Amino acid sequence: MIISLLTSVLSITLRAGTSLVYATVGEIYTERSGILNLGLEGMMLMGAVTAFATAYYSGSVGLGLVVALAVGAMLAAIHAFLTVTMRANQVVSGLSITLFGSGLASFLGQRLGPVSNNYYLVGMVGPKFTPIRIPWLSKIPVLGALFSQDILTYLVYLLVPLAWFYLYKTREGLNLRAVGENPQTADAMGINVTRTRYLYTVFGGMLAGLGGAHLSLAYTPGWTENLTGGRGWIVIALVIFAMWNPARAILGAILFGGINAVQFRIQAAGTTIPAEFLNMLPYLLTILVLIVMTWWEALSKRIGAPAALGNAYMREDK
Amino acid sequence: MSESELLPSGRRRIDLLELKGIVKRFPGVLANDHIDFEVCSGEVHALLGENGAGKSTLMKILYGLYSPDEGEIWLNGKRVEIHNPTDAINLGIGMIHQHFMLVETLTVAENVALGLPSSRGPLTDLERVSKRILELADIYGLDVDPEAYIWQLAVGQRQRVEIIKALYRGAALLILDEPTAVLTPQEVDEFFVTIRQMVEDGHSVIFISHKLHEVLAISQRVTVLRDGRRIDSCPTAGCTKASLARMMVGREVIMKHDKPPVDRGEPRLVVQNLHAMSDRGTPALQGVDLEVYSGEILGLAGVSGNGQRELAEVVTGLRPLTEGKVLLEGQDVAGNDPGTLTDRMLAYIPEERMKDGMVQEFSVAENTILRDHHKQPFSRSGLLMLRTIAGYADDLIRKFQVKTPSRETPAKSLSGGNIQKVVLAREISRGPRVLIAAQPTRGLDIGAMEYVHARLLEQREQGTAILLISEDLDEILGLADRIAVIYEGKIMGVVDADDATPEYLGLLMAGVEAETELLAQNTC
Repeated sequence: MIISLLTSVLSITLRAGTSLVYATVGEIYTERSGILNLGLEGMMLMGAVTAFATAYYSGSVGLGLVVALAVGAMLAAIHAFLTVTMRANQVVSGLSITLFGSGLASFLGQRLGPVSNNYYLVGMVGPKFTPIRIPWLSKIPVLGALFSQDILTYLVYLLVPLAWFYLYKTREGLNLRAVGENPQTADAMGINVTRTRYLYTVFGGMLAGLGGAHLSLAYTPGWTENLTGGRGWIVIALVIFAMWNPARAILGAILFGGINAVQFRIQAAGTTIPAEFLNMLPYLLTILVLIVMTWWEALSKRIGAPAALGNAYMREDK
Repeated sequence: MSESELLPSGRRRIDLLELKGIVKRFPGVLANDHIDFEVCSGEVHALLGENGAGKSTLMKILYGLYSPDEGEIWLNGKRVEIHNPTDAINLGIGMIHQHFMLVETLTVAENVALGLPSSRGPLTDLERVSKRILELADIYGLDVDPEAYIWQLAVGQRQRVEIIKALYRGAALLILDEPTAVLTPQEVDEFFVTIRQMVEDGHSVIFISHKLHEVLAISQRVTVLRDGRRIDSCPTAGCTKASLARMMVGREVIMKHDKPPVDRGEPRLVVQNLHAMSDRGTPALQGVDLEVYSGEILGLAGVSGNGQRELAEVVTGLRPLTEGKVLLEGQDVAGNDPGTLTDRMLAYIPEERMKDGMVQEFSVAENTILRDHHKQPFSRSGLLMLRTIAGYADDLIRKFQVKTPSRETPAKSLSGGNIQKVVLAREISRGPRVLIAAQPTRGLDIGAMEYVHARLLEQREQGTAILLISEDLDEILGLADRIAVIYEGKIMGVVDADDATPEYLGLLMAGVEAETELLAQNTC
């Protein structure tokens, strides 16, 4: 009984955490280049709705992913154009993209559906990623949950170490870190600041789109209004929690995914606590994490945010 | 290529670099107006001029950071195009910027490796980089640890990292943009030794500065710029401080003000055992004791970042203190807010005059009454008395010779010198009992500097107690009656200005304890 409970909690944790890891790793890279992308929520929603619609009509979840990546990239490219080229305020640009993305996703959800459903996507059942059980490994008690996941969750196992290695062990990663800390210096050292910022902002947007696609194609297959439930905002907090280190992104995602899982189990077990309170938990924890991390960051300034985060850069500034 | 054409780093020399007819326009400003400039191998060519004369612009063009509107760059007799820093680096040009171009959160080796291809393809090759750094450090006698993080290093060490970084990239020509601004006198001496050695080995050096004695000490040739134009180039040997200053400013300059003796009065500002934190939450002041008397200027010398800014902010009520006392004319005012201190006639010329000294968007007139706008005669029953304010502002603009189109001009569109005059006018004309002047002439041209100094001395004669915080030793030695040196939030010693030498102050600034032995050595 206990074992099956633990197995199920771990399994839901991983599934709930997957979209968070994608978006968190993406946002870490974006912020490392000095660009704050508050448009994540919009990008995730757009990724989710376009991925589902594509998969629904084409029958191919793979094609759905490709579209989600492209949509995330396009929205992020708008953000990059506004903040890097036009040097607009990053917070304003990001919020606009979230508002735009959320609205457009909601609109598409009411227009892209089949005629039989009044053009609504809500309530339609489409193809989805199904868990792939790895022989033998998935039979291990509890830990077997690690090996009976969908392909996107398996990819997380690869993405996190690769993202860490790239950031800390390669020349490109070193250049990226320098751009986010001190763009003037990076520029003087011959690193193309504009190219770097575009590249990693778009990369972050692609991963956000992918995270959204995981929600609509695997975690809760289908489309509903506000499918992400504010995950795009939780990710902003998770980046701080991870202290801009991709390896730590997985901790945060597991913590938040875990709360989801536990909350599911409590609700399933029947409890007198109103469901609304349980649903609040992840967001309350986000606030708590921000308080603790801000306090902690003040103590150890050296491992904090990229110093140039949020600042536009222009070479001929006097 | 013969052996003698090579530098110890293995790179080829730059025998001759020429800039011909360089023009650069910024909106509303002609920063470089047909400037010619050249530098040879084995030469230090100084580029002298006031702020805004166009020195930095010219060098940023040479380094590919700005693109010129007109003009050509010739290297060893061939015309070259430099579109970005990578082009410059590939041609053997290295630049050491006034504000160091180092990423604090990375190590020395990582900073050196930035932007360069690696021998291991996409992976970093920091071990190889570290080895090469140590080789170069050995050749040029520069002591650096490749593993250390930049934030752990002192300013002098950071500058060595900058030099290594340029040499690592094969620089044969080094552009040094005001390299001594943040160094102690001893560090400047060490730095000059390094430059001389590099020049002997065949490097070329362009030395940008507005410090006349440094230009005289290190360069073989000097070119003077003024208002974007080249005034003259001549061998340094025939120049004097006075002749250079004349070329730089365009008129005779008073190099030193006469300081009439003033009898000092009672202590007006006393600071006892003051402790305070920095913005980062680390201790910035660790038991500071100071006394400033009526009719004296107490100079506070020190290398940037040793607690000067925090001290000024604590005394003026802008920063909380954790321990200690601040006595203003005998009364403990520690923890009082700036408004209360204003009423007690404490005046403050802040280090960041644009940010802390004024409201940039406000007009000159509004800025002149920032301290007293809520009181008569400037306001009555909550209404601003605009005519009184206008008259007062016009009066100050005339008295302090502020160059402004009108009193309604936004303060931000004034030049640095005129902004400082507005701040000075507001603070001094209130008849302060105590004046805190933090870096009052930083970034000002010689004319404005002269003016500020004259006004500070005038205040001293009127009996104001003045705490002059400055990183410019010449300024402190020229104005102060007594000099205190701050190092890591502690006062290392207080000496009479007549007994102080730059060497002795430099030792204190570097944290060497004041010992009578040293004092004796340096005073005789």
